[in-house]
Amino acid sequence: MEDDIRELYQEVILDHGKNPRNFRHPEDATSEANGNNPLCGDKLTVFVKVGACQNIEDAAFEGRGCAISVASASMMTDIVIGKKISEVDALFGIFHKMCKGEEVGETPEKFEDDIEKLMVLSGVKQFPMRVKCATLAWHTINAAVHGEHTVSSDNQ
Amino acid sequence: MTASNMILKLDSEIDYNVSSVRADFPALSLEINGYPLAFLDSGASAQKPIQVLDRMDRAYRSEYANVHRGAYTLSQLATDNYENARITVANFLNAKTPDEIIFTRNVTAAINLVAYSYGRTFLRAGDEIIISHMEHHANIVPWQLLRDAIGIEIKVVPIDDRGNFLMEEFEKLLGSKTKLVAVTQVSNVLGTILPIKEIVRQAHNIGAHVLIDGCQGIVHESVDVQDLDAEFYAFTGHKLYGPSGIGVLWGKLDLLNEMPPYEGGGDMIENVTFEKTTYREAPARFEAGTPPIVEAVGLATAIDYVTSIGLEKIANHESKLLTYATNELAQIDGLRIIGQADHKAPIISFVLDGVHPHDIGTIIDSKGVAVRAGHHCAQPLMDRYELAATARASLAMYNNTDDIDQLVDALNYVKEIFS
Ligand SMILES: Cc1ncc(COP(=O)(O)O)c(C=O)c1O
Repeated sequence: MEDDIRELYQEVILDHGKNPRNFRHPEDATSEANGNNPLCGDKLTVFVKVGACQNIEDAAFEGRGCAISVASASMMTDIVIGKKISEVDALFGIFHKMCKGEEVGETPEKFEDDIEKLMVLSGVKQFPMRVKCATLAWHTINAAVHGEHTVSSDNQ
Repeated sequence: MTASNMILKLDSEIDYNVSSVRADFPALSLEINGYPLAFLDSGASAQKPIQVLDRMDRAYRSEYANVHRGAYTLSQLATDNYENARITVANFLNAKTPDEIIFTRNVTAAINLVAYSYGRTFLRAGDEIIISHMEHHANIVPWQLLRDAIGIEIKVVPIDDRGNFLMEEFEKLLGSKTKLVAVTQVSNVLGTILPIKEIVRQAHNIGAHVLIDGCQGIVHESVDVQDLDAEFYAFTGHKLYGPSGIGVLWGKLDLLNEMPPYEGGGDMIENVTFEKTTYREAPARFEAGTPPIVEAVGLATAIDYVTSIGLEKIANHESKLLTYATNELAQIDGLRIIGQADHKAPIISFVLDGVHPHDIGTIIDSKGVAVRAGHHCAQPLMDRYELAATARASLAMYNNTDDIDQLVDALNYVKEIFS
């Protein structure tokens, strides 16, 4: 158990949690969505700037949450910038499976680096109560790019 | 062992044997993640003594049938048990008669019953209900539903930064439109003990009724509803070392009998035709359908258990432990206790610099320590302190200084991880 804790709270996550990347409100965002975790009261707003070819030109977030949800939002925004919306959808699918400890299966080669980065968050699979923390940002960006405005991590 | 710890241990051994209390609670010998369980979440729900478990087991094995129905021995036995449980609760609260005791599903159901049945009968658009800033959602949302249905107004008594209920502000809110004051006896987040007797007195001065959410209060001090003189007092069984699935609404009998039923069904009727149905008096009027039969027996056994040990002795033990825990926690660098009211029940909410309560909860669980992390169903209160969440250690009759020491060690481990 203590090994699991150390794996969950590894350096990378603590660093992203303390110094989140893309923690800002871009003026030129084209859409945004709020994500709530009603269990713990955590709230995130994810902003995206979607370009003409359905690609993410910018992604950022604001809000408060635990180390896991903030680190996840931080890493996510880093990863999705420059990607197509369809690619973000695909990555979310893969990441969700990783967090729940499910078999990920064959993944496209172009995601290799991203998946490797996201692996550090897969430690949550040992903590079912915390999976929602890791996936909140992804649910929220999903809502932002697909035109919903609020998601609750309860609805998954 | 620190000096204060030794004094505490010696003191409590004289009139309160926490080790023998602990031996009654099977869950306390669990090992969690390789550590002895330090259960510090009794404010959410308490563990159950073997007396309650055995009694419920017996009620299911050899005393079980539906109540108030069959003309056979077992049904009579089950009915007697259920009604005797009502008497036990009545005596525990010093109610005038067991008819004033309504069994509900939990305290939430009890408050909703009052909001619906009393609220829609006695309140009109423009009337005001006063609650405090420290209420659990269970004592906020039912009134909002009522507000949205009939147009009453809800006023909120503010608190100071330490979590004290502001009596002068309460007095200012009281007015000719005030019809009901609904407040908690003890804050489930801050531990604040509210001056409920004074609140009742002030409310009665202007002719308003009072409901007390007693579910955090009754576990730490004995309650005499006649002396308190509120109109309604409600609590939940599972926080009082009883089973889940049962709560209690006490109300003044005359008032209860003026209130219409909340739910319709079997057991609550006098006579039913398709044209007209007449209802029984309280408590049957409010107990539609098959009640929590064995849960009532379990709750009565839990009440017998705490009274046999002595509520005062329990409170004394808990209050010493609260002092010990508060002092120990205060020594942790970067830890801030939320809620430092003048009169406190053994509930300690805290935050740790740079660490979210959720992370605290997960990490100390790996050391066998169970606390609640979150908004504690009191979001308006969290907003008051500009916090999304806190960690909360709530103490019960079976906690000891080892539990606190284990918590402190675990919190130091959290700090080590986050350093
Ligand atoms: C002050 C207070 N009121 C109401 C409740 C709700 O209790 P229950 O869920 O048993 O209805 C709680 C417990 O969570 C509480 O602490």
